[in-house]
Amino acid sequence: MSSTVIEQGTVEKPHSEKNYLNADHTLKSWLLTVDHKRIGILYLISVTFFFFIGAIAAAMIRYELTSPKGILLSSEVYNKTFSAHGIYMVFQFLVVAIPAVLGNFLIPIMIGARDMAFPRLNLLSWYMFITGGTLISLAFMLGGVDAGWTFYVPLSTVSENQISLCLVGIFITGFSSIFTGVNFIATIHKMRAPGMSWYRLPLFIWSHYATAIVVILGTPVVAITLFLVVVERGFGFGIFSPELGGDPVLFQHLFWFYSHPAVYIMILPAFGIISEIITCFSRRPIFGYRFIAYSSMAIAFLGFAVWGHHMFISSQSAFQGIVFSIITWILAIPSAIKMFNWATTMYKGSVHFSTPMLYALGFMGLFLIGGLTGLHLASLDTDIHVTGTYFIVAHFHYVMVGGTILGYLGGIHFWFPKMFGRTYSEVWGRLSAMIVFVGFNLTFFPQFMVGYLGMPRRYHYYYFAPEWQIYHVLSTAGSTVLGLGFLMPGIYLTYAIFKGKKAGANPWGAKGLEWEKTASPPITENFEEPVIVTGAVYDYNPEEDSKLYEREETGSMIDGGGL
Amino acid sequence: MSDHAIKGGDGPEVYFQYEDVDQQQETYVVGMWSFLVTEVMFFGALFLIYTLYRWKFHGTFFGAHEQLNWKMGGINTMVLLFSSVMVAFAVHFAQKGQTGKQLMCLFVTLLCAFGFLVIKTFEYGAKIDHKLYPNHSFTYADPNHHESKSFWDDALPEPLKIEKHEQEGNPKNAKLFYSIYFTMTGLHGLHVIIGIIAITSLMVLIKIKSPLITDYIPTELVGLYWHFVDLVWIFLYPLFYLIPR
Repeated sequence: MSSTVIEQGTVEKPHSEKNYLNADHTLKSWLLTVDHKRIGILYLISVTFFFFIGAIAAAMIRYELTSPKGILLSSEVYNKTFSAHGIYMVFQFLVVAIPAVLGNFLIPIMIGARDMAFPRLNLLSWYMFITGGTLISLAFMLGGVDAGWTFYVPLSTVSENQISLCLVGIFITGFSSIFTGVNFIATIHKMRAPGMSWYRLPLFIWSHYATAIVVILGTPVVAITLFLVVVERGFGFGIFSPELGGDPVLFQHLFWFYSHPAVYIMILPAFGIISEIITCFSRRPIFGYRFIAYSSMAIAFLGFAVWGHHMFISSQSAFQGIVFSIITWILAIPSAIKMFNWATTMYKGSVHFSTPMLYALGFMGLFLIGGLTGLHLASLDTDIHVTGTYFIVAHFHYVMVGGTILGYLGGIHFWFPKMFGRTYSEVWGRLSAMIVFVGFNLTFFPQFMVGYLGMPRRYHYYYFAPEWQIYHVLSTAGSTVLGLGFLMPGIYLTYAIFKGKKAGANPWGAKGLEWEKTASPPITENFEEPVIVTGAVYDYNPEEDSKLYEREETGSMIDGGGL
Repeated sequence: MSDHAIKGGDGPEVYFQYEDVDQQQETYVVGMWSFLVTEVMFFGALFLIYTLYRWKFHGTFFGAHEQLNWKMGGINTMVLLFSSVMVAFAVHFAQKGQTGKQLMCLFVTLLCAFGFLVIKTFEYGAKIDHKLYPNHSFTYADPNHHESKSFWDDALPEPLKIEKHEQEGNPKNAKLFYSIYFTMTGLHGLHVIIGIIAITSLMVLIKIKSPLITDYIPTELVGLYWHFVDLVWIFLYPLFYLIPR
């Protein structure tokens, strides 16, 4: 590939050049790397692994529920299965996925830095993440955990399972995300290139900044709370023990003080990705840049004042319930601001339905349903009717899977050419985006209905109401389709890493330092020469850019890769 | 490079991700402060738990707190405050480049940290001997239980002993008090030990003229951490040992 091709007045550099992937090939150079891009790839591999463990547990839950009497698992094993699903998906996948994979990879490049502020701390946090994951897996191998991912006391203090080991694992994973958060904050504050003022930051950076704030304020609280459960179990102390006058509800307060903001840790980075994708594939500057940036910050801070809506039927006072309910409704405003701004960005834009855009549009639809059903749950009276049912399960899967995972997949597809220097098959990409969308709705929409009818969550049978079977069978069928949809990117993206067509530096014609100033894949130092930012962010021009598309339409964008 | 960085000889090493030494130093300080925010939230949750329970069971908690030796705690407060002053001086001398004085101050800090742990050991030992360690052997306000001898208490010189109070209140709630007391002071002690490790490593690195230490920033970061450890104790001491009914 040493021949040079003249294109758009620039000379395309030969591909034999050094980049971060081929700088060094030894295993040691990967395991001891301090390059933020390589650490991002390490995270990509590890979160994918944990995702598949969580997904297998989910499949087992779904197959169990196809029959009213349960066909696969005993009650005890079922409890451990849904605990495994929750623990792996929340602590080892959702909280980590977008910030640690795409955030690590992109934040320094997007702000024009050569690396994270603390590269060695970054590597340490990956090792802590793996240590935490190993301990959690060990806990499941040595007997499992049956207290659910929420670890409510007193069940978690009296249960004779491997809860202590699992909690220590989660504690270590928690510190891994705290270190990532500290790194993000220091990087975004101090490492920006000359001219990269706060209002020229891509919205991806704003949402990661908001995420990092939530991480450093919230995670230590859940870490200490889970640590206290370990202390109770290990040393015989009593802190939440009702026997001694301790208050189990206090555990719930402290737990949700983190774990509600944790859903913003999961969804805010996805908001950042969607902002980037929508503006790129609409070829228009994002509508209401500042409002989207401020709404991320508003979500980060308001998110700390709503935890009580998880506890409407606990012993908290009705007055508290009303206050938490009102603040939760207020929190819908910044989320709605984002939705309206994305929709307005597309208005009169030159919308192009590439794979990342399909994921982004899917995100908008599913997050809308997830968000609006969130308002049902924020209202005291409807919440009391559906608390602890599959309605809740469906709601948070619409937000977590429909929001975070679709955002994550969209982001992976969007930045894939940048990460690996190759393009995937656009046909397979669009097909899998469709399959995920259909499979997702088929899985979780029936759960809204069966939940509204009263199917309790965490039950492994429903012999008392066999008429619900149709909903569960539909849901299980959907989950099979969804699983296929998740498996497909795994296959064609892996294929594309090794065999895909070479991608140029900017295959989407997108704006931003990562597209305009670096090669694909970037070199280890990210930029050939120091970056100075002079222009505004997202300076797309719909009329001119649509011509760009017409040219590229016939080129690599459609038949790139090919499986 | 700005001129204050060049003063100490060759000047500090700038890692490849930074533009200049100022950016590097500021970034380190921002990172440390963000980490301290997480530490504040970490202990904050514990303080919240303590406050709520103290409010709920304040009679018993008052009775239980009278068993704590406020004089020993007071000495420990003095020790930590003095160590904080020494760390502040160490940072000052580090900025001036006076390595000898800096090492001296760090060494005194280290002595204080060990002194703190020794005093704490006497306190813990006495509590364990009096069966106030909150595990299955915990006994409180039990009429059949006679005051047991404690090496750790009897070894104290007379002025440091406190007058014996009756163990008052509900034994179950008292166990709650001691659970929180041991958790919080234990975690604080763990932070002191981490601080000892940090200060020792810093001193060794300075002594062997490691390339990792080329300016005052590492001392400043260790200093910030140590001040935080000190600050936690400043809140722990009055809340557990002093405040009246």
